[in-house]
Amino acid sequence: MMNKQGRPTNTGDAGDTGSAARIETATGHYGLDHNEPLIFEQGVPGRSGVDLPEIPDAPSRLGGLARADQIGLPDLTEPDVMRHYVRLSRKNYAIDMGLFPLGSCTMKHNPRLNEKMARQPGFFDVHPLQPESTIQGALAVMDELTHWLTTLTGMPAVALSPKAGAHGEFCGMMAIRAAHEAAGEGATRTRVLVPESAHGTNPATAAQLGLKVDSIPATEEGRVDLEAFRAKLGPDVAGIMLTNPNTCGLFERDIRAIADAIHDVGGYFYCDGANFNAIVGRVRPGDLGVDAMHINLHKTFSTPHGGGGPGAGPVVLSEALAPFAPHPWVVGDKDGLHLVEHDGDQGDDAPAFGRLTAFHGQMGMYSRALTYMKSHGTDGLRQVAEDSVLSANYVLARLKDHMSAPFEGPCMHEALFDDRFLEGTGVTTLDFAKAMIDEGFHPMTMYFPLVVHGAMLIEPTETESKQSLDIFCDSLLALAEGAKGNDKERFTAAPHFAPTGRLDETLAARKPNLRWSVAQKPLEAAE
Amino acid sequence: MADKKFTEDHEWIEMDGITGRVGISAYAQEQLGDIVFVELPEVGTTFAKGDEVAVVESVKAASEVYAPVGGEVVAVNAALEGEPGLVNESAEEDGWFFEIKPADAGELDELMDQAAYNDHIAD
Repeated sequence: MMNKQGRPTNTGDAGDTGSAARIETATGHYGLDHNEPLIFEQGVPGRSGVDLPEIPDAPSRLGGLARADQIGLPDLTEPDVMRHYVRLSRKNYAIDMGLFPLGSCTMKHNPRLNEKMARQPGFFDVHPLQPESTIQGALAVMDELTHWLTTLTGMPAVALSPKAGAHGEFCGMMAIRAAHEAAGEGATRTRVLVPESAHGTNPATAAQLGLKVDSIPATEEGRVDLEAFRAKLGPDVAGIMLTNPNTCGLFERDIRAIADAIHDVGGYFYCDGANFNAIVGRVRPGDLGVDAMHINLHKTFSTPHGGGGPGAGPVVLSEALAPFAPHPWVVGDKDGLHLVEHDGDQGDDAPAFGRLTAFHGQMGMYSRALTYMKSHGTDGLRQVAEDSVLSANYVLARLKDHMSAPFEGPCMHEALFDDRFLEGTGVTTLDFAKAMIDEGFHPMTMYFPLVVHGAMLIEPTETESKQSLDIFCDSLLALAEGAKGNDKERFTAAPHFAPTGRLDETLAARKPNLRWSVAQKPLEAAE
Repeated sequence: MADKKFTEDHEWIEMDGITGRVGISAYAQEQLGDIVFVELPEVGTTFAKGDEVAVVESVKAASEVYAPVGGEVVAVNAALEGEPGLVNESAEEDGWFFEIKPADAGELDELMDQAAYNDHIAD
């Protein structure tokens, strides 16, 4: 079925799959599910949101650079624009609508108190170039956040400015490289050990810094192969990048031995902190021998993707790496709090490796994360970790006999399944995930980690009640039964009940069509 | 043409005179799913056995392609740049990646023949 612009719409073909065929409506809308054209297709020449007076015929001061042709934006009224984006938003799925089991992602509820605090004018309207005397409150938030992060991790220093997890990895590895350079070993320590189950950003970060990635195999039980790791150690090793708990949802039991071994050969231990939610308040990474770890404020301390703002990935640093921390940071004296922004500033006793951001990082995330920490308290944060692990183990326990779990539990904060239970059904992990959309859920992380065939990684988080987890598990059990019971169409044609049916991911990747233009024919798929 | 030889990482090499064509196995393309991008090496570059030579990206994952033997790359399959799906359609023929001139023909003997590779993927 095509819309008026010639693009395929909706699922339309539901009749083929045995579900109720839809009637044709005059508008192409289905109740609240609108058939929404692109905003460029909705413009009508002459419409506008604001009436502005004619521009007086004054001499141009643009020196001949004034635009001569049309800018190419659609002419729309304010209600046109408002309705378009609200309609689009209704087609979306969000953490505020329901369970979002994306693994290694910590899609937890975003408490409204965070938003209230982040909207205080002193945080919301603060400008990075304001005089220090006028931003003492904002600096106090940064100072107190520093205190919380160093206390929770047992590490002496933190670089607050990185703006996302991968940016934090980059920051931590820059500090490691700076430490090697300061020791005169920058040119010789060029190899970074990365376990096979690592987040893809780990090897990417090492490669971005010009370091060579050497991967460490996993054991049968889904953890780092300690012997293989030891065999790879040498004087050219800059460090190891390890995620703990790892992406199989398991705690790396040998982590102390790994830390000692890497330190023995003069390397540093970078820990990917994306899964900190499972251990916050229970384990201090500093006690495990970690030298650098990023903390996704926008995961562990709420506000996940789409939950109210951009990310922030502060990096905690060990005694050995702290001197190389990037500017800026906050220090206090009798006159109040100050930002240390340059080598030689008061409060700067070692050369930083530079700075990562033009200004001071994401104030909106600092205020939200600190609100989350203070409203939970240390006991509350500890319970966050415990409940997130309990939720994942509940999911694992309910599903493991009907789906297939590659590793023995108990798990940490995420439950991992493989596709052995789908063997011979003709249903793939992708089909299974698409069928979850029909059940009203966002799919789990799929085909990751790569060490497991057809992986499905489920992280329910502590946000979900037992009732919510039961509805989710019941739904997956029904799907698993359907897949085994030869109900293949339900999966291979899924999703049946989403605003758009199965998209052609291959065509989208091979021939990405990212830009609308007047002359453009409708998408190929419509032909 | 000699027979194909295979690596544990699912590359194949087929010698023709002093050069050999390299690609990924039919099994590998099936595991990867629809291939959407292939990054090829530059002609004239020299690699050691096991070095990362090319990258293959599918809808599921990005994977490295390693040199089955050491040597110099003498040709690449430019058709893959516009049509990466060739690897899915014809992994062991038209979907070849590059041609390499082995520096040490002895390294070929360390690779598996078709029967041994079939056993390897059956595990």
